[in-house]
Amino acid sequence: MSQLATAGSPPATVRKFSLWHEMRRNWVAYVYISPFFILFAVFGAFPIVYSFVLSFQQWNGISTPQWIGFENYARLLQDRLFWLAMGNTVFIGVIAHIPILGGAMVLAFIINSAAVRFKHFYRSAYFLPVVTSPVAVSLVFSTLYGVRFGLINWVLTWLGFQPIDWWGGSGEWIKPAIILLFIWRWLGWNMIIYLAGLQGINPELYEVAAIDGASLRQVFFKITLPLMRPIILFTLVLSTVGAMTLFDEPYMLVGVTGGANNAGLTIAMYLYDRGFKFAHFGYASAMAYVVSAIIVFVSVLNIRFFGRSNTEA
Amino acid sequence: MASTESSVRPQTHTAHSTTVRRTRWQPLVRSLLFNALLLIGAFLSAFPFYWMFVLSTQSTQQIFSWPPQFTPGDNLVTNYQNIFAIIPFWRNFANSAFVGITHTVLALLFCSMGGYAFAMYRFPGRNWLFALLLATMMIPWMAGIVPWFILISKWLHWINRYEALIIPGAASAFGIFWMRQYIQESIPTELLDAARIDGCHEFSIFFRIIAPLLTPAYAALGIMIFIGSWNGFLGPLLVMQEKTMYTLPVALSLLRQDPRRGFDAGVLMLGTALATLPMLIVFLMATRRFMAGLTIGAVKG
Repeated sequence: MSQLATAGSPPATVRKFSLWHEMRRNWVAYVYISPFFILFAVFGAFPIVYSFVLSFQQWNGISTPQWIGFENYARLLQDRLFWLAMGNTVFIGVIAHIPILGGAMVLAFIINSAAVRFKHFYRSAYFLPVVTSPVAVSLVFSTLYGVRFGLINWVLTWLGFQPIDWWGGSGEWIKPAIILLFIWRWLGWNMIIYLAGLQGINPELYEVAAIDGASLRQVFFKITLPLMRPIILFTLVLSTVGAMTLFDEPYMLVGVTGGANNAGLTIAMYLYDRGFKFAHFGYASAMAYVVSAIIVFVSVLNIRFFGRSNTEA
Repeated sequence: MASTESSVRPQTHTAHSTTVRRTRWQPLVRSLLFNALLLIGAFLSAFPFYWMFVLSTQSTQQIFSWPPQFTPGDNLVTNYQNIFAIIPFWRNFANSAFVGITHTVLALLFCSMGGYAFAMYRFPGRNWLFALLLATMMIPWMAGIVPWFILISKWLHWINRYEALIIPGAASAFGIFWMRQYIQESIPTELLDAARIDGCHEFSIFFRIIAPLLTPAYAALGIMIFIGSWNGFLGPLLVMQEKTMYTLPVALSLLRQDPRRGFDAGVLMLGTALATLPMLIVFLMATRRFMAGLTIGAVKG
């Protein structure tokens, strides 16, 4: 609409006419964008609005829905499993993302340096885990984690350590198992994104830094990191959503209950369990709303914190 | 790039004779260290795939031997036959392929149309419609999953139907955003003006002139969308409730338990390997294109 204003400033009546005129002149554009907005209205916006309505109802999908006000939300606050799942999800997400984002940045920095050859080979190798299905890699890892004959335990005993009982006991090894898989799967993706960002940094900056006698560490912290802030933000937002909605991997590794003591139960699994195994549509909707609100809140926080950019590079 | 290494080498102490020697071998040590680290990482990334292929050829006895066998076994054919006692593997494979291909074709059409409109037309409401489109990318899938399922199952009756996996995500916000970036950078506006002067209809401008120019973009985005569709799990888990309609990821989850023979890691890994192989081939054949495509959204956004 700003284009209209800059196209000369006609009097108000003419402008109203010309808005309609502009819309008619560009009718093709509306046709082109309509598939997205129609599909989003039906399969995106409508479910989200209806989910809000459902969250105040009790409904199993068969009987008539009952209006119960805030009861679902009140129950949610007292639901031990919900908070357990929330804690598990946040724990897995935070612990996994420290090595993922930190490691990805370091690896990208290393690959980008001239000391390394075969950059293409490394990029492909590190990216391999992301293009394969989470179900498939979870199954491969479940054999690696095998308690009696798994390869990891074989390596551990060979090195003189005790083998790990991944799924048993009180479930204390379940989260590490999920986290290891998570790191293995997502490190490469973040590395590729960071690498692309690094390659976008003007090499002259490094030359100037070298002339000024900056050390490798100074270059990394004073030039690379600040310039990478928008890209770090991008990965942080996607990581937040990805971690909070984690489902496939823990579901495949430990099943829908999350294994011993529900140690591997994530929010998405619990939502799936309540919503689709037990058909507690209202309760699951309330849960979906609370979690989505948290995700959006954290994303906005990320943007506020990392996004106030002094770097438009 | 060749200058990066020498330029980041510390040069503050070059006056000292001892440190001159240090700076001479320091890059070499650093290079060795870097390469060793990267090599270990690459090995860890790729090894599980090698292990998957090895196990898929072994019998239960071979898999449960101590120490483990790191070379292929001789049970490939038996494992292959055992898959079919649990799932109709090739039917599941065909399901995945059909859903993936139709979904990708439809998505490429819608995304390129949308991206083209946002890149090339200055229509009223463009800015806030585009902002809305970007905002939808922040909404997690969970938010509306329950009514989404109700919509699919009760109102559209799409349970056990391909439509449920093809239609809902056919016009992705990410894809439109991505196409807009590509078109803005690669298609000059003069091309449109010239076509209009020649009396070309608006639709023919896109389908006859622009779309053929987007071939590289179609390839890159197409790979991304196809991989996403092929790997999708929760969607098919919810809507496909018959074995013959399962896509591969859902079918694979059944392979963990053979009703007659119990757990067999060899059978499981062979099914997994067969399901993974097409993606590995697609990826390795088009790595450069794929990664170039992936990073457009991240860096330019």
